[in-house]
Amino acid sequence: MEHQETLPTVETAKKLGLLPEEFERIQEILGRVPNFTELSIFSVMWSEHCSYKNSIVWLKKLPKDSPRMLAKAGEENAGVVDLGDGLGCAFKIESHNHPSALEPYQGAATGVGGINRDIFTMGARPIAQLNSLRFGNLNLAKTKWLVKGVVKGIGDYGNAFGIPTVGGEVQFDDCYNVNPLVNAFSAGILKKGKMASAISYGVGNPVFIVGSATGKDGIGGASFASEDISEKSSEKLPAVQVGDPFQEKLLLEATLEIIDSGCVIGIQDMGAAGIICSTSEMSAKGEHGMDIDLSKVPTRQPNMKPFEILLSESQERMLIVVEKGKEDIAKKIFDKWDLNCEQIGVVTDTKRLNFYQDGVLVADVPAEDLVLGGGAPVYQREYREPAYYQEYKKFKIESIADLSGTDEIRKVAEHLLSHPNVCSKKWVAEQYDSTIGRANRNTNSPSDAAVVKVHGSEKSIVITVDCNSRYVNADPEEGCAIAVAEASRNIICSGGEPVAITNCLNFGNPYVPEVYWQFVGAIKGMKKSCETFGTPVTGGNVSFYNQSSDEGPVFPTPTIGMLGILDNPENRMTLDFKAAGDLIYLVGASKNDVNSSEYLYSYRGIKASGHPAFDLAEEKSLQDAVSKLISSKLIASAHDVSDGGLFITLAESAMPGQFGFAINTDAAFRKDAFLFGEAQSRVLVSVKADKLAEFEKALQTDGVRYSALGTVTSDPNYVIDSEVIVAAKSAKEVYDNTLEGYLV
Amino acid sequence: MKFGVVVFPGSNCDDDTIGVLEAMGQEAIKLWHKDTDLQGADFLILPGGFSYGDYLRSGAIARFSPIMDKVIEHASNGGYLMGICNGFQVLVEAGLLPGVLLRNDKQKFISKNIYLKTQSTNSLLTNGLDTEKAYKIPIAHAEGRYFADEATLKQLNDNNQVLFRYCDENAEITEASNPNGSLENIAGICNAGRNVFGLMPHPERAADPLLSNTDGLEILKQLISSEVLA
Amino acid sequence: MKFVAEINVMPQKEILDPQGKAVKLGLHNLGIDSVDNVRIGKHITLEVEAESQKAAEEQVEIACKKLLANIIMEEFSFVVTAV
Repeated sequence: MEHQETLPTVETAKKLGLLPEEFERIQEILGRVPNFTELSIFSVMWSEHCSYKNSIVWLKKLPKDSPRMLAKAGEENAGVVDLGDGLGCAFKIESHNHPSALEPYQGAATGVGGINRDIFTMGARPIAQLNSLRFGNLNLAKTKWLVKGVVKGIGDYGNAFGIPTVGGEVQFDDCYNVNPLVNAFSAGILKKGKMASAISYGVGNPVFIVGSATGKDGIGGASFASEDISEKSSEKLPAVQVGDPFQEKLLLEATLEIIDSGCVIGIQDMGAAGIICSTSEMSAKGEHGMDIDLSKVPTRQPNMKPFEILLSESQERMLIVVEKGKEDIAKKIFDKWDLNCEQIGVVTDTKRLNFYQDGVLVADVPAEDLVLGGGAPVYQREYREPAYYQEYKKFKIESIADLSGTDEIRKVAEHLLSHPNVCSKKWVAEQYDSTIGRANRNTNSPSDAAVVKVHGSEKSIVITVDCNSRYVNADPEEGCAIAVAEASRNIICSGGEPVAITNCLNFGNPYVPEVYWQFVGAIKGMKKSCETFGTPVTGGNVSFYNQSSDEGPVFPTPTIGMLGILDNPENRMTLDFKAAGDLIYLVGASKNDVNSSEYLYSYRGIKASGHPAFDLAEEKSLQDAVSKLISSKLIASAHDVSDGGLFITLAESAMPGQFGFAINTDAAFRKDAFLFGEAQSRVLVSVKADKLAEFEKALQTDGVRYSALGTVTSDPNYVIDSEVIVAAKSAKEVYDNTLEGYLV
Repeated sequence: MKFGVVVFPGSNCDDDTIGVLEAMGQEAIKLWHKDTDLQGADFLILPGGFSYGDYLRSGAIARFSPIMDKVIEHASNGGYLMGICNGFQVLVEAGLLPGVLLRNDKQKFISKNIYLKTQSTNSLLTNGLDTEKAYKIPIAHAEGRYFADEATLKQLNDNNQVLFRYCDENAEITEASNPNGSLENIAGICNAGRNVFGLMPHPERAADPLLSNTDGLEILKQLISSEVLA
Repeated sequence: MKFVAEINVMPQKEILDPQGKAVKLGLHNLGIDSVDNVRIGKHITLEVEAESQKAAEEQVEIACKKLLANIIMEEFSFVVTAV
């Protein structure tokens, strides 16, 4: 080891985001003071982003087993579920919040690139993408800039890459004014037995870097992601990463080709913390070491320093360990696709990573000590119930007057139809290619979750992303249980069988006990809900520090990405009313509850209330019953009651076929709760008259509450208790055009 | 008929196109852009995608791919050639079809169902189509605004080279139904020799009953109907 | 007084320029092997009403910083001339 440079001190370590005790620990591991390159290595590998040091204790409590798992949480880049027919589905969700806050276009684009690389590095060809976005107040110029940039970034990257974006969610709340959330989901299909692994072994096997050249992009991005956003962050900006979807497309094809060729020992994409992350994780997993010559890494700029090359987050790159003697196969494939493919090192039996530049050893670190599950620190964080929690619970519906009459129902209806959180997200969706791949079954017949055909099989995957963060804020445990339940309900209402989830846990600063309490609560809720629905957690990511120094944390937002399977294409269910005269029923129980509803929050202006009514056992029996109604072909449509309550659910079912509806409220319930409350465990269905007796009998047998609401009409009006609330045409115009109105 | 689908590095609708052709019982092969052998294909298709990243102008770089010389030769000899979306952009860049495709008037990528009205049945692609019907087909592009100078436009109209125009669901050609600002709602054209076709919408994405739309299949079936008749 | 500004906005040197990279590949495929470092930016012209050359330049500078260039990723230069 050369020691010409001045060795760093604990002050440097702190600047790199390490704690003094972590600096101590590094010295113990190395048996000496680290040089700057080594210290930077530890700083990124031990950042929250790579090590999950503040969350892993709790993440381990989540269920991760099921007979369907081909790759479980923590084993590979993404979880893989057995679809049957010799096929597997790799799927994952990941955040790109902090990069998007600073440069929304590139931040979102590279987020899409990163999540897709996680999928195809396993040998799976991505077939569908979703995204879950959170922005601040849509009246702010900054929010508009962020929305436009993020949507264009996701679109430009995903559209060119050629994988359809088939759904997602967008929510707005003041709590995201400074720190938007950009969570991207991708799912891909692989052949069983062809799955590639992120592993390295076999002394003498060559190590290749492939794809784009390495530049000074996003250096320290991983540790940057672990700091609060403040004005000062802007100074770090030359480090923003630029995405190149064209390279990604080439990398996709070349990667799948080389994995198929059988010469690959292991492969991992380069995301956060670049080369150092891939070399250490693959080596630790395979219990081997590597000698790497950084001078051989193709770079965009001359004279890059060792730490810059090691930490660079330049996009569209992969690290591949190839079987010795098969180097030419690799070279030939990457040549065909006009991509770099350079051997930069060899596998050793030392379990250490030795990095050289121009013949000089610049870093010598043990792989195992860098990684999660190895030597990376693990912390139990302190948590404390925040004062607001009990305050929120005190809200009682009796404290507000019910709606005064039809006029006020009209006012609320219009408020909700034109609210950015409720209205159509068409303005966003139409900027994403959703029809490429000729697999999206939702294009011409919408359902609650996206149904995507798996070519070469009868099956479809059914996918959705869900999280109402207002509920999670009101009660992290119940709110997160609801997020899982809603995802499951969406899949059930589309005819699918829920099988597994991936999660994207967006929270504030974990060192704030009240924030960590939200995190712990969310994990508890996720656990019980996942156990109820039989959907293990296959992986995902944790994004802490989603807060601005000025405005406090964002709502706790544990986004749930759920995968379901539709085995028989005929069992597919859609949300739209099919014919005038069909009967409209609510399956599940109405409740006198408006807690945390959009109605209460933005129409009434009451921000403090508990979570909406929810009971896991009730939810499970509802979903089982709806699933049976669908497979018995007893219903013509199914749409779950969520944001905006029953009225919005009715409108959304009526709009696609340009129908009206006529329903009656129930005197046993307050009008506001009945029409606009967001109590869980309810599904709106339509039933053909000739199926009615069988339909009712099935629900009675299952012991699930239901009530007749009214009928689908050809009269183009939405009618409640014989009063026209709104004309179907104007409702649809408002619903469809609201977002564009804000964003032109 | 043997179909050859040209694959540029950034093509991403090649598999979709081949999948539909095969479902129609046709032989379809991929032709790599670096090759110069058409492998005996009778009908060439340039599929959708972002051929070379489309960074300068869509299709501008692809036009100079090694295989393009053979494609141009094939078309000049009267061979059939069709470009869909990005393929259409490549064909106009290569001068095989008149006009240009500009950035959409709203400056945004647009992905949605549109409706097409057949303007001339005098071509292999349109020969059995219903001129009164609105065909529902998806579009997905950022540069699809068809433009041509007055003389070219006149020639296109005089020779019935406009094959499709954007219309509404009732087959009315209106301004509101024009999704991208194309001149005279033009969505698809052919060359004067009527052997080269270009269209922005993606018929191959509307060719499966499970996707609840087979209007695109009706259009693509025309390509083989004449063969069946002959 | 009226001035004309000729503005060039280019991606910063340290930042990847995917467009330039793809165009370079296209040029090489065409046999124009001698070109390298292709970078693609924007050229913008605009007219500005100002009391002096200096005032005009200040206006253009603000326009570049606030809107025309994304200073996170792009650099700009301009020439202002009186007309």
